[in-house]
Amino acid sequence: MAGVSDTILRIDHLTMRFGGLVAVDDLSFEARRGEITALIGPNGAGKTTVFNCITGFYKPTEGRMALSHGSASAYAHIDRLTASPQQSWEGDGEALFLLERMADHDVNAKAKVARTFQNIRLFGGMTVLENLMVAQHHYLMRASGFTFLGLVGAPRYRRAEAAAIERSVAWLERINLLQRADEPAASLPYGDQRRLEIARAMCSDPVLLCLDEPAAGLNPRESAQLNELLLGIRAEGETSLLLIEHDMSVVMEISDHVVVLDYGKKISDGVPDFVKNDPKVIAAYLGVDDEEVDAVEAEVGQ
Amino acid sequence: MTATTKGAQDTPAKPSATAGRPGPAGGIDVAHVLKDAVISALIALGLFGVIMGLKTEQAPGGLVLEENWERVIWAVGIVFVGRLLLNLTIWRRPGGKIDDLMPVGLKKYSGFVGTAIGAALILVALTLPFLPGAGRYHVDLGTLVLTYVMLGWGLNIVVGLAGLLDLGYVAFYAVGAYSYALLATTFDLGFWVCLPLAFILACFWGIILGFPVLRLRGDYLAIVTLAFGEIIRVVLLNWSEFTGGPNGIGQIPRPTFFGLEFSRGEGGFADYFGLDFSSMHRIIFLYYVILVLAFVTHLVSVRLRKLPIGRAWEAMREDEIACRSLGLSIVRTKLTAFAIGAGFGGLAGAFFATRQGFISPESFTFIESALILAIVVLGGMGSQLGVAIAAVVMIGGFEYFREFEQYRMLVFGAMMVLIMVWRPRGLVSARAPSVYLKERKKVGADMVSQGHG
Repeated sequence: MAGVSDTILRIDHLTMRFGGLVAVDDLSFEARRGEITALIGPNGAGKTTVFNCITGFYKPTEGRMALSHGSASAYAHIDRLTASPQQSWEGDGEALFLLERMADHDVNAKAKVARTFQNIRLFGGMTVLENLMVAQHHYLMRASGFTFLGLVGAPRYRRAEAAAIERSVAWLERINLLQRADEPAASLPYGDQRRLEIARAMCSDPVLLCLDEPAAGLNPRESAQLNELLLGIRAEGETSLLLIEHDMSVVMEISDHVVVLDYGKKISDGVPDFVKNDPKVIAAYLGVDDEEVDAVEAEVGQ
Repeated sequence: MTATTKGAQDTPAKPSATAGRPGPAGGIDVAHVLKDAVISALIALGLFGVIMGLKTEQAPGGLVLEENWERVIWAVGIVFVGRLLLNLTIWRRPGGKIDDLMPVGLKKYSGFVGTAIGAALILVALTLPFLPGAGRYHVDLGTLVLTYVMLGWGLNIVVGLAGLLDLGYVAFYAVGAYSYALLATTFDLGFWVCLPLAFILACFWGIILGFPVLRLRGDYLAIVTLAFGEIIRVVLLNWSEFTGGPNGIGQIPRPTFFGLEFSRGEGGFADYFGLDFSSMHRIIFLYYVILVLAFVTHLVSVRLRKLPIGRAWEAMREDEIACRSLGLSIVRTKLTAFAIGAGFGGLAGAFFATRQGFISPESFTFIESALILAIVVLGGMGSQLGVAIAAVVMIGGFEYFREFEQYRMLVFGAMMVLIMVWRPRGLVSARAPSVYLKERKKVGADMVSQGHG
């Protein structure tokens, strides 16, 4: 693995129980800044649960999820922060957030983690452009003086709105949807909706973008476009990506680092080539011959 | 009987005339069109047969029935031919979806038609007291209609934009009315000072209602808001020392025109401007007060829709979970919607109190909430124009046909059923986007979510 690790997200001993069901069991991994980290595993492995914990939709039963802004040196403060009742620590140009302590909207608004959903969740009755404008809510809200300035039509708000539209247009150009900016999001074809959802998440200015199966239901051409889009986001270096994916062509092609889950446990962690050839991963995905069951189980540690 | 045979005779003649004509008749299901026209003619016969065909006359021996079938035949004939022509020209619909019943021509120009109707309504509203033939009754009716327009627009923020079904909206109307009545009678504050206070107090009660219902959606939310409306009414009814209980509050001061009272004699409005005293002055003044208030409500809601807060409301109606993932606090979004919607209800309430001069809990029953909600739903959730039209038609129609007391509710109910069958999403159901790049395209009603809570 790469020499210097500049961690953006550090997950320690994450456990999520639903009644008697352990969906995520003592999971620890790291995602690095400026990289694409993939989270893979068979159906029901707990990938989406991990996402829901990271993005604040679930409160994990146990564990710590720390996200850094600026540089990984913020992690020097992690123990002090954990011991304190605070949600976050902020220094000059650096910040550290304990995601498990934050409400879902604060995870996006303050810790700057954006996400997309497995079943696309666009604002269907609003236009494509409006979808992107909603994502810039906090910027516009401040510019509108929390509505009061905007209500009297202050020029400051008009400028901010124009800037927000400009930004949306830039994203629409990038995902090739500029022509359909004024159409309702629900009228777009599936592949376009996927890209729009990613663009909408990006408009909220995230440092970490969590994509839940972005390639699901896409044809090979759309899938290639998606790869290009994600690699483009990575190349800009502002946003690191964490993705859940079933489509191995996407995972192996674009990710820098792969974490494999099975039954809520991490079974492998490394670069794509390493993971691809890991016998535990192969066993989890494809199963094993009858005579090898004992040997593999011993190795997997069950 | 004669009418149907006449209709049947017409039947073969018509299609042959149109079938020979190329163009518009092409692709029309002739049998369907004919069936439709015959059914309409039969309905017309059933209706007109009794109403126009038979008439009771006073005769020396008692009442006699006078028959007049000629008129019936004419009426049925007109319906038949008219229906046939409409089917062959404007209503060329292949599938027969109910929504498509709206004439194509009208649909094409719906944007223009909407603007025209809106402009006409504003013009009439501005000049109503001075229109020829407009008496005290009309101005009073106009005031009442505008009160409901304002209430409809206020509730529209909660139901239409934020998608939160509120069955207890009248509670805020009551809060506004009692705020003004109590502040004015106890502390001797004037109407214009109390107006913002009523707004703030109603907002505050909107937030109080908002907190317990934050986690509720749909039917559950509706039930709790319904209960909230009743709680307010019951408290007003039973807390006699404070609210006067069932006796209500009387002697509520009337609004002044920059300090001038609308009273006879020295120092009154008429005296100051050198006019002859007329009780109409106050009524016209009240009319313009509510017109301004309604206009303010309209402007503010239209502005809010285009601000991030309004977009957050609509986004919440569309998808709450996506909102949370984009950093929008559902608590804040819901509470602001409840608060601002309630605030406008409070303003309307304060106006109601000053207009009536007397208020009691009887004015704030559930049926009022239901009426306001019906205005919003019939008008089209989220549409300013639709709500205004619905308020004019419902309240205006309600009062105008007061003579037919017994049938009023019947017609009212039938009208609601009809509109809901014809346009399930209300009169003006298309959503206008809050921001656009090139073209303001309306978003079809089938795309827009109605909200889950």
